[in-house]
Amino acid sequence: MEHYPRKAFAKSAKLVWQERMVMSILIICSTVAILTTIGIVASLIFESIRFFQVVPITDFLFGLHWSPQMAIREDQVGSSGAFGAVPLLLGTLLISAVALTVAGPVGLMAAIFLSEYASHGFRAKIKPTLEILAGIPTVVYGFFAAIVVAPWIRRGGEAIGLDVSSESALAAGLVMGIMTIPFVSSISDDALTAVPASLKEGALGLGSTRSEAIKKVIIPAALPGIAGGLLLATSRVIGETMIVVMAAGLTAKLTLNPLDAVTTVTVQIVTLLTGDQEFDSPKTLSAFALGLLLFTVTLILNVTALKLVKAYREQYD
Amino acid sequence: MTELAFKGPEPDQLRRRHRAEKRFRLIALLSVWLGLAFLSVLFVIVVTSGADAVRQTKILLNISLDSSEFEGGKGSGLAQIRKANFEGLVKRSIRNDFPRAKSRKQKRELAKLVSSGAAYEVREFVEANPEKIGESIDIWVTASDDVDMLLKGKLKRNMPADIRQISDQQLIWLDQLQAEDRLETQFNWTLFTKGDSREPEQAGIAGAMIGSLYSVLVCLLISFPLGVLASIYLESFAPKNGWTSFLEVNINNLAAVPSIVFGLLGLAVFLNFFQLPRSAPLVGGMVLALMTLPTIIIAGRAAIQSVPPSIKEAALAVGASPIQAVFHHVLPLAMPGILTGTIIGTARALGETAPLLMIGMVAFVVDLPVTFTDPATALPVQVYLWSDMPERAFAERTSAAILVLLAFVGALNLTAVILRNKFETRY
Repeated sequence: MEHYPRKAFAKSAKLVWQERMVMSILIICSTVAILTTIGIVASLIFESIRFFQVVPITDFLFGLHWSPQMAIREDQVGSSGAFGAVPLLLGTLLISAVALTVAGPVGLMAAIFLSEYASHGFRAKIKPTLEILAGIPTVVYGFFAAIVVAPWIRRGGEAIGLDVSSESALAAGLVMGIMTIPFVSSISDDALTAVPASLKEGALGLGSTRSEAIKKVIIPAALPGIAGGLLLATSRVIGETMIVVMAAGLTAKLTLNPLDAVTTVTVQIVTLLTGDQEFDSPKTLSAFALGLLLFTVTLILNVTALKLVKAYREQYD
Repeated sequence: MTELAFKGPEPDQLRRRHRAEKRFRLIALLSVWLGLAFLSVLFVIVVTSGADAVRQTKILLNISLDSSEFEGGKGSGLAQIRKANFEGLVKRSIRNDFPRAKSRKQKRELAKLVSSGAAYEVREFVEANPEKIGESIDIWVTASDDVDMLLKGKLKRNMPADIRQISDQQLIWLDQLQAEDRLETQFNWTLFTKGDSREPEQAGIAGAMIGSLYSVLVCLLISFPLGVLASIYLESFAPKNGWTSFLEVNINNLAAVPSIVFGLLGLAVFLNFFQLPRSAPLVGGMVLALMTLPTIIIAGRAAIQSVPPSIKEAALAVGASPIQAVFHHVLPLAMPGILTGTIIGTARALGETAPLLMIGMVAFVVDLPVTFTDPATALPVQVYLWSDMPERAFAERTSAAILVLLAFVGALNLTAVILRNKFETRY
């Protein structure tokens, strides 16, 4: 050690200090994600508590009537407003159901074709093309739903004698379903290709046709992965905003008819918070309560889905 | 035990199974084509309806710039020019062309042929060419949106007059202008150089484009360094303990939180708590950054993970400190992957609308934003705003704005794909 210059040791002390600095910066950066979550949860809960001081939480969760328009003067008739979230939840559910009825089967079948039937070249060309659908901004889908699909459905309904609202849940749900196809298909694709080839080969070797092998062996084996993907898709569809803001209705209605106009949680958040508003009225605070509801539901879906997908991946690793 | 004896497959049953196989395959193939069909319908509709907005009808007017018009008022030069009554000049010019329009109603209809923005166009011309004062000039001014729609065939001549928006008398005048070659469609510069307007023929997406650029810039400046450093920590230095796995779960969940919730966060924290300005691209960019961060971290970790440990170990073996090994050797190799993830995240941020609505970037903004705190909209928000406008001429402009948005998003995604293909190394 004696031929080692002293200076190097001095420098390394400085280096150690520098490295500690760098390390603490790294740690701070990695906590930003936590801070974001804390910020989201804290702000939603804080504003929601203020809302629940005015409107009881049971009224909000179980009330069947939603009309947040507050009168400007205190003494006006109907100044209290009604904040029952059930119609909004039902509307959200209705549109999501339509969307998943489109995206689920189409996405899964597309994934099956691409992973089991398609030639290598076809798959290499078609898969990225299909994924363009996922990259299109949602506002474009909203425009498409409101300007193109909704009038089509209305005219189609009129032609067969049905009364279709111009802001039907069907139009919004259908377009939302189209948007979700690549999402479902890419997750299902991952799940299908993760199934060991030996399982499929076993089925084929016993004389089953390809579709029998897919239906009776591959899909059951990949089911946790597919289910996780569908849950993630559900969470996306529930939180989707622009399509419903542009194509779904504004008035809350208790209905399960997809030809009716319904409103959703996200639509109401946007309507309540855009434009001028004072920040202390229950009307604007209710948007945060809706946000908390949305966050909680999607969080539960996401956690379950991610757990499912992870457990499934480990199963075949 | 005779029942167990092997019987060959009944030909009937086999045929049925093969038919089922074919049917299944067909349904699967149809699903793929269904997705592609939706994609092409979407593009065809947006392109066909947006293409018209690239051209705008103009009318050639002969305006005499009497010097008496520019003498009143105080000041000289530009200030004096601005005081002149350009609206009057435009109206007088078109009345001179059609002297037979006498009644009040007819004069009003006549003035409605040109856009209310025509006066500004004449003013801009005079400001640029003050020497023309006193002369008589020929100038192409913007026609009103109804005239534009008529010439593009969106309003039909045979429509009932009350739906047509254009009166029979106006049709006659327009025919005369057309016969004199004073009516033509030109490239619509307004659309790409101006801010928003209530009048479709004067509305442009330049303001929204600047707003988008600023927001995305802020978003990148915040989320890229944070994301890279966080992924380095998580992938290379973080101890395997409860806290780290909590961080990981947290980041994965954050990536799936609905974008509108980030908007609520921005509203409650940035606007109400920190009192940052409403409608500003700065705040928009900050919200988008928080939204993009998980995407970048996930992509960054995958990229760092794909660098083989031998590279880091070699650096450590020749005396580099762990931080030197990561920053000098692992990070450069992981960079293409990180950049790809960042670009894809940026493309998503560029197309995001809902969180921007929450922090007030839906204002009606005519002036082009200059600083990061000026009120602004963004391109997708402009699409949303215009899609709600009743005027027919806004429909084609909405599609044009969508085309521009798709072009930007597409270019970003294409860059990401090229980057991935070019630099992707398999160790």
